[in-house]
Order: sequence, then structure tokens, then C-alpha cells
Amino acid sequence: MKDMTQSLIDTEDEVMLRDAARGFLSDAAPVSALRANRDAGRAYDPALWAEMAQMGWTGVLVPEDAGGADMGHRAAGILAEEMGRTLAASPYISTAVIAASVLRRAGPGGHGALESIAAGKALYALALDEGPKFAPKATAMQAEKHGNAFRLSGVKAFVADGATANRVLVLARTSGSTGDHEGLTLFDIDAARAGLDREQLSTIDSRDHARLIFDGVEATGDDIIGDLDNGLAALRPGLQAGQAALAAELTGLASGASAITLGYLKERKQFDRTIGSFQALQHRAAHLWSEIEVTASAIANAGRVLDHTPENAELAVSLAKARAAQTAKLAVSEAVQMHGGIGMTDAYDIGFFMKRARVGAEWLGDYGYHAAVIAAARGF
Amino acid sequence: MSNATEDMAAFRAEISDWIKENCPAALLGRPMGETGIVWGGRKWTFTDDNQRLWLERAITRGLTAPRWPTEYGGAGLTRAQEKIYREEMQKLGAPPPLESFGLWMLGPALLEFGNEAQKAEHLPKITRGEIRWCQGYSEPGAGSDLANVQTRAEDMGDHWLINGQKIWTSYADQADWIFALVRTDRDAPKHRGISFMLMDMDTPGITTRPIRLISGKSPFCETFFDNVKVPKENLVGELNRGWDIAKYLLTHEREMIGGGGQGLLGARSVAQILASQEGEMLADPVLRADAMQTEVDTLAFSLTMERYKDQAEAGRGVGNASAMLKYYGTELNKRRYELMMATAGSDALEWEGPHGGLAPEWLRTKANSIEGGTTEVMLDIIAKRVLEMPGQ
Repeated sequence: MKDMTQSLIDTEDEVMLRDAARGFLSDAAPVSALRANRDAGRAYDPALWAEMAQMGWTGVLVPEDAGGADMGHRAAGILAEEMGRTLAASPYISTAVIAASVLRRAGPGGHGALESIAAGKALYALALDEGPKFAPKATAMQAEKHGNAFRLSGVKAFVADGATANRVLVLARTSGSTGDHEGLTLFDIDAARAGLDREQLSTIDSRDHARLIFDGVEATGDDIIGDLDNGLAALRPGLQAGQAALAAELTGLASGASAITLGYLKERKQFDRTIGSFQALQHRAAHLWSEIEVTASAIANAGRVLDHTPENAELAVSLAKARAAQTAKLAVSEAVQMHGGIGMTDAYDIGFFMKRARVGAEWLGDYGYHAAVIAAARGF
Repeated sequence: MSNATEDMAAFRAEISDWIKENCPAALLGRPMGETGIVWGGRKWTFTDDNQRLWLERAITRGLTAPRWPTEYGGAGLTRAQEKIYREEMQKLGAPPPLESFGLWMLGPALLEFGNEAQKAEHLPKITRGEIRWCQGYSEPGAGSDLANVQTRAEDMGDHWLINGQKIWTSYADQADWIFALVRTDRDAPKHRGISFMLMDMDTPGITTRPIRLISGKSPFCETFFDNVKVPKENLVGELNRGWDIAKYLLTHEREMIGGGGQGLLGARSVAQILASQEGEMLADPVLRADAMQTEVDTLAFSLTMERYKDQAEAGRGVGNASAMLKYYGTELNKRRYELMMATAGSDALEWEGPHGGLAPEWLRTKANSIEGGTTEVMLDIIAKRVLEMPGQ
């Protein structure tokens, strides 16, 4: 699974990127910014997104000839990890990772869209899930042939960044029946197209998620990404890149929650002593640190494999997402418990980590989904 | 290509040719079981002539101890050259010509802390497989609290007089010499009254008794010291500073148990057991969920060992994080063997059954999280040294 020619430690460039990202985000997008966004009723701060575009983050996976920085998936993961540490909210994964990865494989037709992504102008959402669980093959939404065009009708239940996006990648069935691998087609449409209704959901992580209702939305052959009836193949690079980046975000989130908790353990006094001196808590903190270390290896590996041998990425990506979902869950559970009562209050930040971890664990496939992929790949 | 790259390529070609010319063909690609390892020593008998021939040839080239200086019988290789040597050995399926505690533990300690006479006396005999060493650390009252060793070494003017008992001395009954932690100052704080001593196991007053374990095997012994006279020059390093050497070696041992050396995860796998079974044991959803989780964790841990190796190769030490490898790897290995036993079912309950020897291996894994520092001690090290959590 590991590409033995590639080192799993950060290169000098990657260390610099990580340091720069951490410095920037701790100033521009600390956890208090998420709180401010939530209290102001907005899912993210467009000014922050503009700064990310300035720094080349929106173009992290966009080729240089389309105005991108083309830094690769490991770099995209490092940025996501750092965003996870402070819960920085933005359409980064939907747009800069998923949409950019889909469009750069789509041939010359995607060039203009990639330019818009790098410039920070295009905001993409991936409209995929129709039920409460990630299941691309179960896509039932119909794209009925109508002359030279298609009419899309159905409901996408849970679309990240769906209310604020100006473009939508949507997977719909053009032939076959529910559950078939083939017969699905990926469309790239304007979010303002007639017949598309978007309902913003109020979700626990205070970020943008929406229900998208398609009622006879028109799409033409020009809107198709990849080949007709072969939309899963066109979507795969985007899904894998998104899963790897989301896993990185969750690992950064686990590190962030763990760092806050360690600080608290070293400061909080009960029974006339610092509670971090209790061995029961020390061993739990040490175990959590070990889990984060092990997960960080899977994250680094997924980035390396996507960059160098993407044809073998399935196992590496699922491993990263499976591990990250569990590690983040452990980190936030321990964080709230070790904080005690104050961890349950809205005034204290740690709860934000728990709520985002739950959303991140579910989006793009939960532990069970990815563990099953791994089991199949390993022959049992 | 740079000069350095050319040099490495030339070294690779040269060492590969040397292995092909010198390792007997019968040994190449042979599966490495316990019986395939050459431990050496005065009591050693080779199971076949090929092993003897391979050892003799490796000795002439210094390759039993690739990185040790040539003056002590090593090959004087750089870290990069040693890596190439091991890669070529693996590629050709050549077994290590010699393995021993002398090579793994005592040699590195003497190179770091020994005097010239000690290095000249002991290192060449280790590289030639003439002397087999064992390690005398634990005592009945000094397990996790290793610094509590009570075995005494009294200064009698012209010799040391040793009295006490060691336990869990691996293969003491087959070893020729022992390196041991002994108490030389009973009044000093416990870490500051310990010295590092070398003793010939043939010295009058030393006796060993193998301990039968739950696996039915006896890889460990009790070792007793009753008025044992030891020459003054057998003290290594400074008097009462033996704990520094012990700590140095413990880190070394943990890295070995935790991932390097013999590899932490046993050679068997669940997939292997399933392949030999009829029917679908893993149709059981509970077992299946356990297998998936174990596989996820095993893959991620294997990548972590790779990442730490990459870090060490980049010249950045792993340091106290080696405690994590030891903790996580040994606990994971126990889980893996529990799962394999459950997968094999009653087939694995016989000492010698369809899965010959799985049960003893399963029982042996229970020691993984005890030997070389328990799981609880590893968690203490992570909490205090890595996370810098406050003391009690």
C-alpha cells in the first residue's frame, strides 16, 4: 500500500507550508471566528476565503496553466489538517479539493472552471447523498432524456456547502436502476438554474449544509463531466481527494482538541493538585496521543499515494478516513469528559470540536463504509 | 548522478555480488523459523554445515556486525551502506549469519560506554559468534521499578563479590556471559547506586534455572549469584552510573520490540488462517467487525513504523516516541493473536494442531506488553516526557 520510494515525513517545503498555514489560521480563523460566524448566522467568512485564494490555497490542486499553485494532495491535506486544528470554516474541501480534482481530470473543458476555482470565484458543492448514509451507488435521482437535453428531478438530502455554492456537481441516473454501478452521470450546473430549490439546513457544526430539490432542472450534454453513464468514474478522483482531505481535517481537529485538553489538565486544580498529575488521566492522554500519531501516518500516506500512484489510492484513502473518523471521535469524547462540567457549556470552545467531528465522521463515508472497503481490498 | 549516488550504486552491486558468491544456495529463501537462527556461543551446535560456512564467510567480511568498526570485527559501514546491505540480503532471501544479544545490546553499550580493553576483549568474540551473552536486569523485586535492583556487588579490593538473584534472563542457560545491573552503593538514591557488570557464566557461584511459561516453553531463566568473584576490570563505565547505560539500552530494546529488529507484528495473519479453512468463519458479524478493526489498525500502525523509520533515516531521532511504538505495537499484536485464535476456533486449541503452534505463539504475545517495560510504564513515559504532564 505504501509507495516505498516516498518518505512519510514532511519535506522542507511541507514544513514551511504547515508553519505558514498555522500562523495564518491562528490569527485569521481561530475557534472564536467560528463562534462569531455562528452567532452572525453565516456559514463562513467570504473575506477569509478571499485571503485563502490570495495565498494559493483555493488553487492547491489546480494546474499552474489555469492559475493554480498545483501543490498536490499531501499539501492539500496539510492545509486541511491545519484548518481542522482551529475549525476554520470554508468551502475548501468542496471546491478546492473535490471539484478541482474532478475537473482537472475532465479534460480541456474544465479549464475555465479550474481558473475560477483558483481565483476563488467558483464555489462548488457536491450533490450526492439522497439518504442519511453515504452511498454513491444507491443514487436514484433521475436525469430523464428530453430531446437533446436531460431533466433532473429528485432530492439530494445532505449537500455540504450547498446553500452558498454557485456551481453544483450532481450525480443522477441516466440509465439502469438503483444500485447499478453503471448508468450514473455527473453534471456540472449553475446553482441558479431554474427548478433547483435549495433549503439551508441548521446543522450541529454551524456550517453550510443544504437539501437540494431538483424539479425538472435542465441540463445538456455540455454539462456532463466525463462520460454519459459513467459518472462514478468521473467522480472517483474527487471523492478520493475529498475523503483524504476530510480525514486530514479530522486528524487536525483531534490534535487541536487534544492540545486544548492537555492545557486544561496542566492548569486545572482539584484535591489540591493539578488534575494532569493523576495517572488515570495521564494514561488516557497518552493513549489518545498514540492514536493520533498512528492516524497521522495514514493521513500522510494517503496524500503521498494520491500524488504518486493515484491508481492505487482506494485502500490508502479509506484507511485514512476510517482511522480519522475514529480518532476524532475518541479525541473529542475524551476532551469533553476531561474538561468536566465546563466542557458541556456553550461558552467554552471544546464542544465545537465534538460537533464538527460528528459531521466529518459521516460526510463522504463513515468508519463502517471505509472499513468495508478495506476488508474487501484485503480479501475478507 | 552525483559522486555519492555513484558510490552507493557501486556498493550495492558489490555487496549483492558478495552475498550471491558467499551465502550457500541452500540457505537462500528458506523460511526463517526459530530453528533457523544462529545464536553462536560455546554451547552452540550448527544444525547444518551451510550455517557454519555462511557464518565463517560473513566473519571474514565483518558482516555479522555491519556498522561496528573493522578493528573490532565489524565491517565499518555507514548507516546508508548498512541499509543497502540489509536490502540486498532481503532481496536475495539471505538469512542473517548471526543474531545475538551481544550484537543487539552489549556491543552498542560497549561502543558507547566501554573502555578500550573491554572493547578489544569482548567485541571481536561477539562478531565471531564465540561468546553468547544474556541480559541480567529484572529481579523478583525489580520489575517495572527496575532501578530497585538489589543484587549486590561489594568491592573486595582485588575483585567484586556478587550476591543476589536475577529473573527473566533470556536464554541464560545457553549463554556464556551475562551483562547485569548490580547495586554498588546502598546509601545513594536508587538510580545513583547501580553499576553495569560483566560476568562469565562459568564463574563458580552462578547457577541458572529455566522457568516454564504458560506457553509450555522456557525462554527465560532465574539466575542466582552466590559469592561470585568477578575481576575488577569487568565494571563498564563509571562506578554507580550503570543506570545511564541501562536507559540507553532500554530505549534500544523498545525500538526493537516496538518495530525494528524482529518486527513487532508476528508473521501470521487472519487471511492466512481463513485461506486454510473450509466454510466462512468470518460470516460471523461480530468476528468480522473485529477483523476489520484489527486490519485497519494494523495497516495504520505498519505505516507508522515506516514513518518513524523515514524519520530516523532523515537523521531525526524518534526519542521517547519509541515508547508509543512499544505500547501500541504490543497491544495490537495481542489483539491480532486473540482474533486469530477465535478465527481458527477449536483447530487452534491443540498444542500441535492444524495451525501448528498458534496457541504457544498466542500465549507468548501476552509477554509483549510486559517485557522491556510494561504498557503502563510506556504510557507513563509518553505522559511525562512527550506530553510533559506534571509529576505526582
